[in-house]
This record gives sequence, C-alpha cells and structure tokens, in this order.
Amino acid sequence: MNKQTVRAALAAITLAGVAGATGAQTIKLAYIEVLSGPLGAVGELGSKNLQFVIDELNARGGVLGGRKFEMLPFDSKGSPQEALAALKSATDQGIPFIVQGNSSAVAGALVDAINKHNERNPAKRVMFLNFAAIDPDLTDEKCSFWHFRFDSHVDMKMHGITNAIKADPKVKKVFLINQDYAFGHQVTRAAKEMLAAKRPDVQVVGEDLHPLGRVKDFAPYVAKIRAAGADTIITANWGQDLTLLVRAAKDSKLDVDWYTYYAGAYGSAAAIGDAGIGRVKNIVEWNPNVVNPKMDAFYVAYKAKWPAPADEFFYYRMKVMMGMLGTALEQAKDTDAQKVASALEGMTWQGDVGEVTMRKNDHQLLQPLYIPTFAKVGSGGVRVSLEGSGYGFGNALVVPAAETALPSSCKMQRPTAP
Amino acid sequence: MTPSHRDLLLGWLGFALALALLPLALQSDFALSVASKIGIAIVFALSYNMLLGQGGMLSFGHAVYSGLGGYFTIHVLAAVNDGRVDLPVSLLPLVGGLAGMGFAVLLGWVSTRRAGTTFAMISLGIGELVTACVLMVPAFFGGEAGISANRVTGSAWLGIDFASQTQMYYLIAAWALVCVAAMHYLTRTPFGRLANAVRDNPERVAFVGYSTRLVRYQLMVLAGLFAGISGGLAALNNEIVTIETVGAHASGLVLLMVFIGGMGYFTGPIIGAIVVTLLQTVVSTYTHAWLFYFGLLFLVMVLFAPGGFASLLAGGSATLRAPGALQRTLPSLLLGLVALASLLAASVLAVESAYRLWSGSAKATLAWGTLQLDPASASPWLVAAVLTALGAALLVACGRIGPAKELA
Amino acid sequence: MEFALISLLNGASYGMLLFMLSSGLTLIFGMMGVLNFAHASFYMLGAYFAFQVSSSLGWWPALLMVPLLVGLLGAGVERFGLRRVHRFGHVAELLFTFGLAFMIEEIVHLAWGRNAVDYAVPAELDGTLFTLFNTAFPVYRGLMIVVSAGMMATLYLLLTRTRIGLIIQAALTHPEMAESLGHNVPRVFMLTFGMGCAMAGLAGVIGGNAFVTEPSMAAAMGSIVFVVVVVGGLGSMGGALAASLLIGVLQTFAVGIEWRPLAALGPGAADSVLQQLATLKLSQMAPILPYLLMVAMLIVRPRGLMGQRED
Repeated sequence: MNKQTVRAALAAITLAGVAGATGAQTIKLAYIEVLSGPLGAVGELGSKNLQFVIDELNARGGVLGGRKFEMLPFDSKGSPQEALAALKSATDQGIPFIVQGNSSAVAGALVDAINKHNERNPAKRVMFLNFAAIDPDLTDEKCSFWHFRFDSHVDMKMHGITNAIKADPKVKKVFLINQDYAFGHQVTRAAKEMLAAKRPDVQVVGEDLHPLGRVKDFAPYVAKIRAAGADTIITANWGQDLTLLVRAAKDSKLDVDWYTYYAGAYGSAAAIGDAGIGRVKNIVEWNPNVVNPKMDAFYVAYKAKWPAPADEFFYYRMKVMMGMLGTALEQAKDTDAQKVASALEGMTWQGDVGEVTMRKNDHQLLQPLYIPTFAKVGSGGVRVSLEGSGYGFGNALVVPAAETALPSSCKMQRPTAP
Repeated sequence: MTPSHRDLLLGWLGFALALALLPLALQSDFALSVASKIGIAIVFALSYNMLLGQGGMLSFGHAVYSGLGGYFTIHVLAAVNDGRVDLPVSLLPLVGGLAGMGFAVLLGWVSTRRAGTTFAMISLGIGELVTACVLMVPAFFGGEAGISANRVTGSAWLGIDFASQTQMYYLIAAWALVCVAAMHYLTRTPFGRLANAVRDNPERVAFVGYSTRLVRYQLMVLAGLFAGISGGLAALNNEIVTIETVGAHASGLVLLMVFIGGMGYFTGPIIGAIVVTLLQTVVSTYTHAWLFYFGLLFLVMVLFAPGGFASLLAGGSATLRAPGALQRTLPSLLLGLVALASLLAASVLAVESAYRLWSGSAKATLAWGTLQLDPASASPWLVAAVLTALGAALLVACGRIGPAKELA
Repeated sequence: MEFALISLLNGASYGMLLFMLSSGLTLIFGMMGVLNFAHASFYMLGAYFAFQVSSSLGWWPALLMVPLLVGLLGAGVERFGLRRVHRFGHVAELLFTFGLAFMIEEIVHLAWGRNAVDYAVPAELDGTLFTLFNTAFPVYRGLMIVVSAGMMATLYLLLTRTRIGLIIQAALTHPEMAESLGHNVPRVFMLTFGMGCAMAGLAGVIGGNAFVTEPSMAAAMGSIVFVVVVVGGLGSMGGALAASLLIGVLQTFAVGIEWRPLAALGPGAADSVLQQLATLKLSQMAPILPYLLMVAMLIVRPRGLMGQRED
C-alpha cells in the first residue's frame, strides 16, 4: 500500500464520516470481531453470516424509506484493548451501531467504553448489539441502556440443559469440565446450583477447570473423569478445547453422555464421529435440522452463495438481531441511539422460528431454545450434514422462551429524555 | 559523535515543540489516539533499550513490568473512582512506575544472576509464569476481561478532566518528555557508562572491581521503573488493563520495535516505536496481511540492516555530510529508492493477491483507485513479476554506480 | 493404580514427542550456540506438509517424504539466511530465528487459513493397542513412542558410529580445528541444521494429527520445548531425553492431583486474592509447572540436569 492509496483511503474515510454525520444513504454497522490470528476464522465466518443477512434485508427494500444497511468489519484481534481502538475508529467515522459477540471479555470492555463514550459525547452516541457474548453479568451487574443481547446467557442455557437432565433418569454422576476463566466459572457455578435444585439425587463427582486454549493433551483429564466414575459430562468448552477433549475421550473409549453448549460449531462434529451418536447434546436457538420452511429456504440460499463445507450458517440470532433493529429504526424514524434503544427495549418480534421478546429491564432476549442430539445424516432427525462431516444434531427438545426467563439483578441507568 | 550542548538543547526544544503542536496537525480523535499510543510505546521501547542496547541484556519478558505497572495503576484509579483514595489522575503513572520497579527488584534479583542466553531464558520463563498467574487470580487481575476504571474522576483541576483524547495526549506527551529526558540523562552518567562496559566486556569490568551482577540488577530495576510508567500511561489511556499487556506478544513486540529502530542509538527505539505502532494501528485497517508485512520487514532488517533504521539514517547522514557527496550519491540514491519502491509494490501486490485467493475473503478483487485486478487471473502476478524484475535490475545498476555502497 | 499407570504411559508418549522436538533443538544449539526460535515452526510445517501429502498420497509416504522436505528447507534457511547473520552476532541470529518463526506462521495463515485443518490419524492406526484395566491405550500413542525411540537410536548411531557423525561432533566442539584439518565446516553446519529441522518435521508428522494441526501450534509447543532444553541442559542429548520424560510425566500427573499447594494462605475473605490462591488446585496449576521448574533450574543449576556448557 503506497502513500497514494493511504491518502485516498483517508479521504474516503473522512468522506464517509461526513456522510455518516449528515445521514446519507446507508446505515452503518461496525462489526468488531477477531479477524486475524488463531481465532480469525470465527470472526470471518460470522461476518459472512451477517453480510448475508444484511444483503437479504437490503434486497427487501431496507429501512427508513429505502436506506440500506452497510457492515464495516473492524479487527479486534481477540483483545479487549484492540477492540477499544476499533471502537474509537468506528465512533470517529460516526457509525451508530456496534456489533460484536465472540468473547465476553471483549463485550464487557466494549460496554464499559461505550457507556463512557456516550456520556462524554452526547452528540455521537452508539448502540451495542451483542450476538454471542453470554456472560450473565452483561445483563446483571454490568447492564447498560445501550447494550442489547441477542443470545440466551449462560444461566438460561444451563436452565434448559438441567431441565433436560431432570427428565433423563440415566444421569446419575456428573463431571463438570470447563475453561478456567469467568465464562467457565459461571458455567460450573450454574450447573452445580441448578442440579442441586432440580435433581438432588445426581452426584457431581468432579469439576475441573483447565486453562483456555493451552491444553493439547486431554488424556489426563479423561483418565480423571473415568477414575471418578462419571456417566455424564457437562461442558461449555468451545473451539479446540472441545475438539481435543472429545477426541481424547474417543481415543480412550470413555463411555459417557455429553451435554455441551457448543458441540455444533467449528469442526467438532467431524471430531466426534460415530462414538457420539445418541450421546452428545448441545443447546442452540436454531440449526438446519429444525424443520421450518422459511429458514430452510434461507439456508439453501446461503449455501448456494457459500458452498464450501466450512462456511456454515450458525447465527440465526443475527437474523433476529437485524430484523428487530430494522423494526426499531422504523418505529423511531431516526438512527439516534437513544430513540432506537427506547424502541427496541420491550419489543416483541415475530421471527421465522418463533416469537422473541427483548426484555425491557435488562435488554436480554427471550427466545425458544433447542436441545438436539448427535446423529448420522439420514437418521435421528438429521437432514443436513454439518460442515460436510456426515453428522449433525437433530430431534431436538424444545425449551419455550418463557421457560428461559430468569430474574435479573440489573439496575439500569437510563438517560434523561433529550 | 558528541553533539555540542547547543545542538542538544535545540534538539530537546524541537522535540518538546513537536510534541506540543502535534494535535493541531492531527484533527481526528483516532489519529490523536494513535499518537498517544506512540508516546507510550516510545517510553516502553526506551526502557527496553536500557537493558538491550546499553546493558547487552536480551530479555523476552519485559512486558511483565509494564503490564504489572498497568494493573496496579488501574486498581488505584478504581480506588479513586470509589473515593477510597485521593490522588490526582495525572500522577497515577508514577504508581505504575513504582509497581514496575518493585517487581523488578523482586524478579530481577533472580533473573540477573546470570547473563547472556541464560538471562534470556529466565526472562522468557518468568514472562510465561506471570501470564499464567494472571489467569489464576481473577480477584486481582480480572481474568480474561481484565480490570477497567474511569479516568474522568475526582475534581477537574483547571478544567482538565481527561475526558477528551487531546487532554490525554498532552498528559502522555508530558510524561514521555520527562521519561525520555531522564533516560537520556542516565546514558551520560557514570552508571550508564558502566552498564555499557558490562555489555562490552563483563570480565574486564569484574577485574576492575565492579560487580557486574549488581550493575545489571540496578539497570534492571531502573528499566522496570520506566516500563511501569509506560504501563501506567497505557492503563489511563485505554481505561482497561488486560492479560495481553503482560504476555509474550507484548514482550516480543517491544523487542521488534527496538531492533527495527536500532539498538545502538538512543533515538533508535523512538524510531522503532513510531514505525511499529503505525504498522499496527494504521496498516492493519487496510490489509489483513499486516502481520506478514511486519515479519517481512523484520527479516529484511535482520538480514540487511541489523543496526536498524537509526543506523541507516546515521550512516546516510554521515555520508551526505561530506562535501559534494550529495551530487555524487544522488543518482544511485534515487535509483535505489525507485528500486525499493518497485520491489515493495511487487511484494504488496503478490501478498494481497495470494491472501485474497487463499482466504476466499469476501472482497475478492484488488481495488486500487479505479484499477481492478482479479487475483485468480494472471494479471496481478504478471505485474508483480515485472515490478520485481525492474526492482532487481535497478538494484544491480545502483550497485554498479558505486557510491550508494557507503550508505549500507 | 489404574490412573497412575495410564498417566505414566500417556506422560511417556507425550514426553517422547517432546524429545523428538527438543533433540533437534539441542543439536542446533550445540552447533550455533543460539536457541532456534523457529524450531517449533518447522514442527508446524512438518504437520501441515504431512496433511497435504497424506490427503493425496497417503500417510506412510508422508512419514518418509515430509521430514526430508522440511530438512531441505531448514538447510536452505541456514545457507541463505543464518549464515548471513552469523557475523552480526548471537543476538542477530536469535532475532533472525524469531522473525523467521513469525513469517512461517503468516505463510501458514496464507496457505492453509487460520482454522485448524483436518489432519487425521490414518484409519489403520486408529485403534486400541491394549486395554489396561478399563482404559484403552491407542495404537497411535504406541507408535509415537516407537518412532521417537527409533529416531533416538538412529541419531545416536549416526553421531557415534559413522564418519560423518564424528566430523559433526568435531565441528560442533572445535570448529576451527576441524576446518584447518580440511573439513567443510559450513557445509557440516548446514547439514546439522537440516537434520535438526528434519527431526522437528518428523515430530510434526507424528504429533500433528494426535494434537490439533493449527497455526498456533508452533507458539504453544515452542515454549515447552525451550523449557525441556533448558532443564535438560543446553547441548546435552541425554539431558533432553530426561527432561522431556520428566516434564511429560509431570504435566500428565499434575492434572489428576487435587491437592491445594497454597492452602495455608487461606481461608481469606470471599473472592479475595488470598482466598483464590488458597483454593487453587495443583491440577489448575499444571500448565505453569514446567515454567516453574525452568526458572528454579536456572537459578539453582543453570547448566541444567546434564549440560556441560553454561551460557
């Protein structure tokens, strides 16, 4: 990139900033995610998903009299500090909506920074749309008027999982294994509390916290799980931590049931293989095996654009997020953050899969959840092969939205009317 | 090369003036925050060069001191937020400095027992240890989310509440000026000279009667002080401190900065800090392959210019000072620059094309102004090949002309 | 009892993989006097090349071809890169390998993407070797031990029983003398570097499918390998073997130990620093144990368990 390009790009950015400030054609969203480094694929896939959702919305006419959405990716490099630098760049360009999800750590930093920014720059306020960071604190202690969460948080998902365990008499001895950071701690705590309340006869025979992304050899943990005599594992491990754990369990022929949060994502299906049939469950808001004509058509269109096996459509909640944002914009008749936020909170919205509600007191979305079971394509309700692996998750238990609602300790500070 | 006192004073005044007037040239908040980051990086890189350039101690874990300094600063800031402590925000980097120094006193005692490769390995081990410990004690370090606080707190003195990036920049510039002056002064003290002696010939120093171990230890403690100050400034600038600030990546980055800038010169780390921070913040917004360019730059520097940019500039200016040198060297200089530009353009083209081709990224074509190139076709590769050939030919011609060799 | 035996076997197989990696590094250190930061990157390249070759030609051809390929690459790096920087000193050499590690990771990003690739254990090796009590010990782990042991034996025989091995040993300890006796010492260095990288490549072929093949594998393995080399003693093969096994077994066993080493600090106030330190289990501290060992070793006995050179 030589100086000419730099100058041209700088001019473009300034122009875009000016255009944004005067409210020209497109409504911009800043997608602040990991786009480089070891976890870059996660953010890249999310950007493909989001772009497709936006394209579909724009094709249907956009919002506010034909204005289209535009997504601008910013690289957070997985680090809260870099995400804050990206936020500064976004606010500098006058972008009113920030979208982020992967890593609750980054989300927490963004919420804090956005609160400060909105307070110090009332003319340039922004809204934070969180599609995947599920640390409960973000809608409890750290709740913010400007933050909206579009995925069910740790406790809500654990509520669904423990309800499924309540109905499963085979579960007698549970082992909890999670990553050693705030998210994993929350999962372990929630699991113990809810199991004690719903199935006091179930014994938690062990709990382990391992460092995030550093363990290459899970064989010792598997040996420990076996030595404890567990018949069920509950884990919220994701990415490589899940893949390696599953593989180690398969290698040493560990005979257990699995209740997971993320087994349907990023290559774990191929790692699980035959050994997991009928025994691995996860919890999602949608997957391609949930029978629904509108989403089926949407999924087919997505795969037509991105046919590579690794390019799955995971984030149905992005469709919900953009749909609700569009409706809120129409109601507010403006892109001002306070007006849109006031329109968005408390909204009930009819999604393709079901009705969802954005709770007013803590800005947490209430949506139905599904707990499907791992099976081979063509059996167990699995119609679609996940990431080309030949397996998928099907035959889901449904957890209605109302059932996922949990009390919140949020004391939201609302801005005074403008 | 000893500049006269007048030159030195002018140099410092010029530096201070440049720092003060910079915000007038940079209008956007983003550019000011880049400038703030550069200021912090300058202090950090100079503190590292105290160890590497002056003391000959290669450390792979220097970020530990700046990171821990940052953590302590943010905790004190949080205490100011809660009203438990009453300190002005502008003095908080000193807290970071003291924390960095404290840990250097503790950890440095252990690591400076040996020199050379052993020291490097110990510093690596300590860095990894501290990184792992950060995750194990969330009560103090906040785990993956880190610790955050608000710098707009307490009573605003003269209307300075640090809400705007401009005010933050001036605070950083002031601290940077003080630290740079202090570190420069250190190089001219007998202690600084002694450190150089320990770097060059530790055995002889020992025979003369000084304890090399003690000298290294003291140097480490001072480096920890300034590193802690830079960590404190970063904590105030970002209002958050996370695990990355103590990690191996940050340690590696400062090493890269100092090496690219030139570790044999006092201004080397300053240049390196500017170049690397710009690469990190500005270039990364244009291309995903910025890390690749970074590595390439580093490798090229190691292979062809291990003295860093500072040595290139110093050598160049020395050559150009000779009478009539400019006329003699100008043609080869120009040829060399054109050759380098062409090679740079070729490599950028090749890398960006390869990147788009293989990553299947959403933006599949190379757009440059009105020019559109499709990586899947042969055109960008042909252009890159032509540019490489041109660059290589020009370099050969440049070498033949001769006087440019004096610059290397 | 079952746990202890299985952990011992697992720890030994992991330790042998570490040895495959650290033996190459030790060899190169003995030659250059500088630790090669890019060593784990050659390990990563070995894994990725093996993935590529095994998807088209099968795994067994990959086992034979890939170490040669990586070795050739390593020799090229020495010839055209390291040799240039050698005259600039140790620091420059170290930094060159540092930058090289960086570049290799980026090239891997460009060529294979940032996600993990599906480099799998070949079907014929994906079974159980034997069953101890209730735990199955995989065939592949057994293969890991066999290949590393075989490599170690080959290396030993090569270095002590063949002419070229003796020349290498001479060039490593007395390069000027060997050169004045007429041997092409730079070529010997190139050969040694290539051999070291070939061993790393072999480790990559074997280890890449047992553990995930992804761009960050070099950084993760690299730090442990340094610990092994330092603890074992810079320049000592026997030390590398002892340290690899020690660290492999240590990490594997620590995971199962629920003991709280800092319990004496507690109980403190809820969620306070002291309370969190007191409740830390050894299993949670397992990953930092190698680094603790390294720092302790460097303080108490800097030449490592069996090293001869210091500094």
